[in-house]
Amino acid sequence: MVAVRGGSTTPRRLPGVEGVWVFVAADMSFFALLFVSFMLGRQDAVEVYEASRQTLDVNFGGINTLILLTSSWLVVLAVEAVKRNELKNVPHLIAGAFLLGAAFKVSKALEYGGKIKAGITMLSNDFYMYYFTLTGIHLLHVFGGNILLIVLWNKARARQFTKDNCVVLECGATYWHMVDLLWIVLFPLLYLLR
Amino acid sequence: MNTAMTRHITTMVWLFLMAATIATTWWLSKDGFSPIVGTVAIFAIAAFKVRLVLLHFMELKHAPLPWRLIFEAWVLLATAAIVGIYLSTTPVAVA
Repeated sequence: MVAVRGGSTTPRRLPGVEGVWVFVAADMSFFALLFVSFMLGRQDAVEVYEASRQTLDVNFGGINTLILLTSSWLVVLAVEAVKRNELKNVPHLIAGAFLLGAAFKVSKALEYGGKIKAGITMLSNDFYMYYFTLTGIHLLHVFGGNILLIVLWNKARARQFTKDNCVVLECGATYWHMVDLLWIVLFPLLYLLR
Repeated sequence: MNTAMTRHITTMVWLFLMAATIATTWWLSKDGFSPIVGTVAIFAIAAFKVRLVLLHFMELKHAPLPWRLIFEAWVLLATAAIVGIYLSTTPVAVA
């Protein structure tokens, strides 16, 4: 299959390897089931869910979204730079993406800390059970992504990525964008849906 | 498509995603909007944001069509399920 763009013919291709996309699709399906499960739980106890939701700080959720979107964007810029064979800035872009991932974790730690200090845990009610479980599983993905970004940063510094050899970078990028994408849904689901 | 243009599009997409996030977090979620209008608008915007990430950041725009459709279907189904269950839930009585 080919797509014609600007007079040149670009073959359609999936970035990275197919296996990563299968994993991403499976992981996203798992999250989609959790979203539905949360919504069905809410249906049975809407007052409790709404009262609990109001105790969440939307500033944390919103800022965390901005952090992940920017981190994702830096990774896109890194992939694009490699494809232009402009390798000089690639490690900086990946380092920036990593630091933003770390900022997300710090912000989450502060948020969890505040909740626990206020005596709120997973066991407080069903809403908080979902809140801690969903954000916790997502946070594990952020941890995984940050480790991946360190690996990519090292490879970029060693100039291992080139225009013709960037499959590993593309795989890491695909995973990291998924982490961003899941948060784009999780945030309104837990913090904004009223 | 030349490379300068690709870069330009990526940055425009990022700016749009940031603006949409700011609008949903600090404007649409406020009491000036009824819960239903605010919530449905927030999820419509979230779905659009997810689609932008899939097509532009994850490059599904240039992927073989079946792959693109699988992920576009995820956006559609996840959003429809969330909004559908939301709309069929009896809202909290306003005090």
